[in-house]
Amino acid sequence: MNIECPLPLDQLATESDEVIRLGHGSGGELTQRLLRDFIFPYIDNYWIQQGHDSAKLPVDNGSLVFTTDSFVVSPLFFPGGDIGKLAVYGTVNDLAMSGARPKYLSCGLILEEGLPIKTLVRIMYSMGTAAAEVGVQLVTGDTKVVERGKGDGIYINTSGIGVLGATREICPQQIVASDVVILSGDIGRHGMAVMAQREGLEFESPLLSDCAPLCDPVAALLAAGIEVHCLRDLTRGGLATALVELAESSGMGIQVEEGCIPVSEPVQGACELLGLDPMYVANEGRFILFVPAQQQQQALEILTAIPVSIDSRVIGRVSSLAGAEVTLQNSLGCERLLYRLPGEQLPRIC
Amino acid sequence: MCLGIPGLVEEILNSEPLERSARVRFGGISKEINIAFVPTVAVGDYVIVHVGFAISVINESEAKRVFRYLEEIGDLEDLG
Amino acid sequence: MKYLNEYRGREGIRKIVAELHRTTTRAWTLMEVCGGQTHAIAKYGLQQLLPPEIELLHGPGCPVCVTSLDIIDQAIAIASRPDVIFCSFGDMLRVPGTDRDLLAVKAAGGDVRTVYSPMNALELARTHPDRQVVFFAIGFETTAPANAMAVYQAHRQDVTNFSLLVSQFLVPPAIDTICADADSRVQGFLAAGHVCAITGFEEYLPLANKIRRPIVVTGFEPLDILEGVLMCVRQLEQGKYEVQNQYARAVSSEGNIPAREMLQRVFEISTQSWRGVGNIRSSGLLLRQEFAAFDAGQRFPMDFQVREDTSGCISGRIMQGLSKPDDCPHFGNKCRPQSPLGAPMVSTEGPCAAYYRYGTRPHHNQEPRHEH
Repeated sequence: MNIECPLPLDQLATESDEVIRLGHGSGGELTQRLLRDFIFPYIDNYWIQQGHDSAKLPVDNGSLVFTTDSFVVSPLFFPGGDIGKLAVYGTVNDLAMSGARPKYLSCGLILEEGLPIKTLVRIMYSMGTAAAEVGVQLVTGDTKVVERGKGDGIYINTSGIGVLGATREICPQQIVASDVVILSGDIGRHGMAVMAQREGLEFESPLLSDCAPLCDPVAALLAAGIEVHCLRDLTRGGLATALVELAESSGMGIQVEEGCIPVSEPVQGACELLGLDPMYVANEGRFILFVPAQQQQQALEILTAIPVSIDSRVIGRVSSLAGAEVTLQNSLGCERLLYRLPGEQLPRIC
Repeated sequence: MCLGIPGLVEEILNSEPLERSARVRFGGISKEINIAFVPTVAVGDYVIVHVGFAISVINESEAKRVFRYLEEIGDLEDLG
Repeated sequence: MKYLNEYRGREGIRKIVAELHRTTTRAWTLMEVCGGQTHAIAKYGLQQLLPPEIELLHGPGCPVCVTSLDIIDQAIAIASRPDVIFCSFGDMLRVPGTDRDLLAVKAAGGDVRTVYSPMNALELARTHPDRQVVFFAIGFETTAPANAMAVYQAHRQDVTNFSLLVSQFLVPPAIDTICADADSRVQGFLAAGHVCAITGFEEYLPLANKIRRPIVVTGFEPLDILEGVLMCVRQLEQGKYEVQNQYARAVSSEGNIPAREMLQRVFEISTQSWRGVGNIRSSGLLLRQEFAAFDAGQRFPMDFQVREDTSGCISGRIMQGLSKPDDCPHFGNKCRPQSPLGAPMVSTEGPCAAYYRYGTRPHHNQEPRHEH
């Protein structure tokens, strides 16, 4: 996809020493200046120029798909991405997982008093670039400022609208016995890239977050007529949680082979060191899909031709024999059940 | 208890006796590890690391013992 | 990763398992002492590979599980103080005290942090001179030298806003206590490899003689654990009770002498209370008088009523190998990882959590599938 940056990098207002003040959320002159100088230039389009309270959107034939997601991450910038990219890709990916073509996003910003303007600008630039890369428009938004100490620098909410072509429904209830499960690449990069920066646990790592838009591989599969039964992007809770959720929603059993699930050496090293299970570590650019076994070869050929899903492989299959649960078979031939995490995955050290 | 992971000593960073530390590689990542308890350790050794401390230097010949044993079992199986 | 992946290979495991089947002629009950081994056994499903005659019981080697309720309540009280940064290893945060856990303290505004090493906590004390930094020093012999080093360095560098809340345990007295119970079914022990990396195993020689059971110092990877079981079973089949060292790549008979010296310089042996078990003589470590200024228990004295554990958790019986997790009526019903009654369901090394997460279902559901 052609990536058009909304502004050349050297024109970014990154030299500003200003910080966000409560007045930036007042709705008055300061708010106007914030929007005009530091936000709009990076997401500019027809709708932004209209300056209305809401955006009037033309719609093709077909159904609309609508979703929302909020983004809180610390640190705001991490190897391989930042909160701005996450906020665009996260919502775009949720739309793509229903088979839709993402079209429009809203952008709600909650800024903490004291946030450096240049940090905001870097994030807005990142959002603008990510939106251009995916081909979505940021058509409406809102900005509020909270007192210092009441926010983590910046929180972003994005809602998204996508258009569903004349495709069959893609959802957990479509999963049938004998479907194969395909995973689009190695797991755990995002969670470990962020963990590497955490005070008290930090380590040196070449790890980059996997955060990426997933609409290209989905569009390619649908365009080729692959009968995709279900799609799910892997986020918090990792691969294990996604599989467990789908087993429960579909009422089907899923058998997965541990040996087929790729884990990069840095992720393995970090997980061993901290006593974490990569099956439960967060991702931001991976998904699983359920397709009929007879189409697995064709689906893999399509996926592996696209950079973001180049390492796709079959990791398991669906069975109606077992209950609605996920069985993981390891390389020793032993089985265990996967469960949801009871809470945050905590390092097991002592 | 006592999660201990083998890592490769890549570089000695600090040679103060009690604060001796090294950069230790675990698969694809590395971390500064206190090596005060393994005073003879050298670059290229593998150490077992627990809560930020190297607690043992891996004895390579002992590490191979089980594989020699497995070969013996394998030979017996072939005979049988 | 070198020294990990090769001990997880299918071929080697297949051979060891075949040898184990050939060696075993009778029923034997073994205990793996260390929670790390319990975790690996559950995670890799190793019980599924063993001959049906061999039963594994899960020992007391999970510091999160055996730390007593009053110490956890004390930790919660200290962590709730506004002047304190409370540091702990991750698993400890979810263990229920009488009323709540450390995560609840954090949610209520307490400054509770997960650290990787006690040295990280000492570093926090240096960078936050206006706050009291308390490290929850739980662990066995493996962790004690690291805790000792943090205190020793704080003493040397005069970092006065640093202290330890100590809950440290020693393995051999626990093994002795387990065997002294007339109901004990344990016939042989897999000793904890990383504990022995520090202590060596000389102390285990008279112990094995006393308890008349084999003790095999064992590592943590599937091949290690299965070989440890094989060595133990072989001794049992031959009527022996010796100390053997399966984990010789990391453990020598004398252990790690600089680490033992640091441990002895800072700590002294004391009676220790084990959750669900009670006091065991000479089974714990306390700060020596010289380092008493770094004892959080003394720095933040509390008028403490030792409260009885009324949760219904049978952790004591489980940690002694007298019951298995799914013998407990609460297992998988009232007690689950998301709503634990006791520590063994919290810690990922706790036998109950290991059973729950890694595939043995609650028995009201159906028969445990992996016990064939």
